[in-house]
Amino acid sequence: MADVTLTVDGKLITAPAGTLLIEACKTVGIEIPAFCYYPGLSLQAACRMCVVRIEKMPKLQTACTTPVAEGMIVYTDTPDIIQARKATLQLLLGNHPLDCPVCDAGGECELQDMTFKYGAADSFYAEPKNHREEQKWSPVVYFDRPRCILCYRCVRMCGEGMDVFALGIQNRGSSSVIAPNVPAHMSPDDLAHVDCEQCGMCIDACPVGALTSGTYRYKTRPWEMNHVATICTHCGDGCKTTLGVRSTSDGSEIVRGDNRDKSGINGDFLCNKGRYAFDFANHEDRLTQPLVRQPSGELKPVSWEVALSHVGSKLRELRDTRGGKSIGVIGSNRITNEEAYLLQKFARTVLGTNNIDHHRTADYVSFAQALAGHADRTASLNDTLKAPAILLVGGDPTNQSPATAWNIRTNVRLNRAKLYVANSEEIKLRRQAKAFLQLAPFGYNAFAAYLGGDDAAAASATFDGNALSSFRDALKAEEDLLILIGAELRGAELKKLIDFGLRIPGAKFALLADYANSRGAADMGLLPDMFPGYVPVGSPSDLAAEYSAPAEPGLDLLELFDSADRGNISAFYIVGSNPISRYRLDPSTFKNSFVVVQDMFLTETAALADVVLPAANLYEKSGSVTNSYGDLQQVSKAGDRAGVRTDFELIVRIADKMGADMPKLVPFGKGLRADMGQTRGAQSGEADRHSIWLTANNLEPRLSPFDPFATLDEIQRLVPGYNLLRLQLLSGNDQHLSPAASAPLVQIGKRRDLVHPANDSLFTSGTLGRYSGMLSDLQDNESQRLIQIQTAAD
Amino acid sequence: MPTLVSHPDEVKVVSRRFGQGAADIEKYIELDGYKAVQNAIAQGPEMSNWIINTMKASGLRGRGGAGFPTGMKWSFVPKVSEKPKYVLVNGDESEPGTCKDHVIFREDPHSVIEGTMIAGLAIGSKLGFIYLRGEYRYLLKMVEKAVADAYAKGFLGKNIFGSGIDFDIITQTGAGAYEVGEESALMESLEGKRGVPRIKPPFPAVVGLYGGPTVINNAETIANAAHILLMGGEAYAKLGTERNGGTRLFGISGHVERPGVYELPMGYSLRKAIYEVAGGIKDGKKLKAVVPGGSSCPVLTADEIDVGLDFDQMGKAGTMLGSGGIVVLDETVSIVEFAMRVISFYQHESCGWCIPCREGTDWIKKTLTRVHAGGGSRKDIDNVQYLAENMMGRTFCPLGDAAAMPTLGFVKKFRKEFEDYIDGKRVGTQLITVDQLVGAH
Repeated sequence: MADVTLTVDGKLITAPAGTLLIEACKTVGIEIPAFCYYPGLSLQAACRMCVVRIEKMPKLQTACTTPVAEGMIVYTDTPDIIQARKATLQLLLGNHPLDCPVCDAGGECELQDMTFKYGAADSFYAEPKNHREEQKWSPVVYFDRPRCILCYRCVRMCGEGMDVFALGIQNRGSSSVIAPNVPAHMSPDDLAHVDCEQCGMCIDACPVGALTSGTYRYKTRPWEMNHVATICTHCGDGCKTTLGVRSTSDGSEIVRGDNRDKSGINGDFLCNKGRYAFDFANHEDRLTQPLVRQPSGELKPVSWEVALSHVGSKLRELRDTRGGKSIGVIGSNRITNEEAYLLQKFARTVLGTNNIDHHRTADYVSFAQALAGHADRTASLNDTLKAPAILLVGGDPTNQSPATAWNIRTNVRLNRAKLYVANSEEIKLRRQAKAFLQLAPFGYNAFAAYLGGDDAAAASATFDGNALSSFRDALKAEEDLLILIGAELRGAELKKLIDFGLRIPGAKFALLADYANSRGAADMGLLPDMFPGYVPVGSPSDLAAEYSAPAEPGLDLLELFDSADRGNISAFYIVGSNPISRYRLDPSTFKNSFVVVQDMFLTETAALADVVLPAANLYEKSGSVTNSYGDLQQVSKAGDRAGVRTDFELIVRIADKMGADMPKLVPFGKGLRADMGQTRGAQSGEADRHSIWLTANNLEPRLSPFDPFATLDEIQRLVPGYNLLRLQLLSGNDQHLSPAASAPLVQIGKRRDLVHPANDSLFTSGTLGRYSGMLSDLQDNESQRLIQIQTAAD
Repeated sequence: MPTLVSHPDEVKVVSRRFGQGAADIEKYIELDGYKAVQNAIAQGPEMSNWIINTMKASGLRGRGGAGFPTGMKWSFVPKVSEKPKYVLVNGDESEPGTCKDHVIFREDPHSVIEGTMIAGLAIGSKLGFIYLRGEYRYLLKMVEKAVADAYAKGFLGKNIFGSGIDFDIITQTGAGAYEVGEESALMESLEGKRGVPRIKPPFPAVVGLYGGPTVINNAETIANAAHILLMGGEAYAKLGTERNGGTRLFGISGHVERPGVYELPMGYSLRKAIYEVAGGIKDGKKLKAVVPGGSSCPVLTADEIDVGLDFDQMGKAGTMLGSGGIVVLDETVSIVEFAMRVISFYQHESCGWCIPCREGTDWIKKTLTRVHAGGGSRKDIDNVQYLAENMMGRTFCPLGDAAAMPTLGFVKKFRKEFEDYIDGKRVGTQLITVDQLVGAH
């Protein structure tokens, strides 16, 4: 729209016509207070805090509902405006319990801040305040009615933002109350509850302490925490979560996850996992000492020195006697890019094997190959918020990548984006869809073929042939189509879908995977046949030249297990993975191998290991991760636990114990990025040894091989597509990358895709999720609800 | 059912058929019923302009209380609209002291139906809704019968009066919320939602019911339409004063000898309305105060009643013509108690949407209740005034003003009585001492 010019407090503002006054004022630094206004949600004009004076209008006007107009003259700070705001605050405080000294929101409360600003602290009411008891709506959502100022942000957030509609308003006037969707009289325990996705967005939106988090309430004061912005470990969206961290006797404990500053790639959004499911880090079963299997068969705690020496000498011996190709390496979806890169480099150059793989949750190899030469056609998560049209094939973002679902809903709601959904299930996002095509069970491949022009595939794609053809026609008519693809599509079929999309001029693509660094794990080459950046093993490349790795592809995960069953695998090095549980392996698979596991817990796999090394999790280390879309972001160390080490450090130390050429493995940089808090040398008495070690390796004492950024230069230099801007990364900004080797590569579909989606629900997160008390509580809560529904139905 | 009253000074337009059994469609037709709508249709292509121009000429202003010129309101509806247009009759008559629409629905329901059709023809709508106050549920059968009779005659439905135009009417009752008398809250209610008002603009004429352009008028306004078309706009206008065309129904209640609903010309003297039309103060007592247009209008003292009953003169007198509900209070009335009761109504009816109204009405009520119970201090009068002043013009919809205006009137004009009351010159029970409580939280 055309721009208009108006005057606010004597300042000239130019803004597009239709801009709300409250937003226009922000552009010149004028803050207009508001409780009910929340950008992106429907307008309320209920709190009356944003009143301003507009010339030629008799009454004060609400800036949150007034669009700017040419020549408008506005005052935002006159005595009558200040008095109006003050009076509103006095009215709110009348019934407010003023329990700020114990309230979770104390120090982070918009009502406190406004009262401080407008000085509305005087009270002139004699009557008692309205009081109601606090309610536990779910394991994670508590409602304290007296603190509520009825701004209805939570109601709109839940309904408009989440499409859940679990909250509403009951009664009227001063008896009005926010009410959840399971009223007390319909609840077996006679208490009101929310039946919802437990995202906690209502808590985030609450300007006061009326809605509080089950994980955080009454735990600490906001100013007693350090706030560390990092990336959530759970799904592939890569949301920023701000972790509140407090010192403890053995490190630092994460006590809160939230999204108060909304500066991440996820904007306003954070789901239940990003918000609550950090508690695995504090689980009592956490390993804090290395364990080595004794001749008696028991795993016994030993010192780090003993454990690492044992691993180093054993791996060296097995490599030298049975060959690198007898060793298998399994990586993780939740380690950093630097760690994943180092792990595969360690496997290929120190162990001398391409037998490296990881739990693949989407077929990124085929994705990269299908898009080779089309680097500009990969989508960022940001595109889901802007694309005028979106095709979602497979997947269920509501449950598996909630920020993607949030962005799609927001885009449809605010920008009227057209959403096309093709899925064999009636996923929730169909409610936002312009067209929903229900595919036949396992109809994805046929659907891709049909899109590609194979009309004969129609019958296998869906039971509704007419819908199918109009669906395809509608897609073909789109110009800027964002194509989001679930893990259902792989190999040649994935390529068919992408080839179809490439014929649409502005189409962009993303492939959705399951965990924080599923994409990074593939990008960094935790693959038997691909070097980092999807460079085929065996073809001439910079990487091949530098690595001098075996020229033949290694064994993939299943080949490794088969080979182990036959007794051909001498050793497994398993980093942050639990294949016994994930692939339901027979424990005897590992009986002929020396098994080293790095993990936080004594998982089913770790329990079988010869050596278990207690590892730090993603919230306890620094580095970078890449989300499903290829958006690179920095993770920062938040929590800490005495006795654990990062996977990066452990790989370096094992390599060292094996006698590897260290400067060749980790290209240590120069500068002041010292230990990055990665070592605990000073506490565990290793400070001197560490410094001697540095000297022995011809390193400057202040530099550390445990700085993961030491490998960043090498990643930038060698991995196609990882031409990142380090300043962006270190500033905490996301940057979109599209790694793919330049030339057409190996033929898609020749090798097995081995994709095994985790299909996590909102309340599970692989092995890790089992150690989150809050996710367990939410699962129990959900199953109780389902039992109730079942009982009611019976 | 109240008996009908009448007085020689009355000028009967909208009440012309009262008491003659016009709820019966045959009787209504006999008394010139459904002629106006046929006259309108006979205008052919000029129908819409003719209706709107006649309404504009009549000077009819909205009888719900705000007094917006009806013809102008109808002319704001866009001629062409993608969405259907609607006519909405606001029969949510809830303002305390107001009982005029109720008589129309009971005595002359077809005039509402015919007026709805006329409004529909004027704006190009094919569907009208008659929304009755929840507490008027007992009138619903009567209105529904009238609608059914009109359908049976072929007056409603397809091709009305051979015009080629279809028009339907649906009736609906509220669920007992004063707030739903506000036009946009009524639309929310009619759509099946919580009865809270909408943000304006957009105004209903552009985006109204179900998002379509909507004319929403008070039942009395709508009932006037047929009469105006029959008698001509200018003739109707002449009955009233300048810029205040015609007549209106006044419901005079309280301490008068002959309470009832009277139709008086606009501009008629308030004093005469009380002392002549309604027969003067009951039992020869002295007049103390008058609430002139429903309980939301600032009170007039006995000295202030020499004022003409139209929108402009009442405005000049510092009050409002409002809904025409004149409540007469004699010398026995305690203004403290009256103020408490008025605010209790608004506290109960506040929808809770915005802070100043939700919290303001509650604290004024609490304070006045304590004052009334004998626990007040002079500071309370200041506090009540402060609260009311800070509600005025600050709320989302006019309900906050409706609560603040009378409160301000009472504490300003009768401050002495409040002070005397607090000083113990009225018997009251000392429940709590304020000194113990003020500042306790």
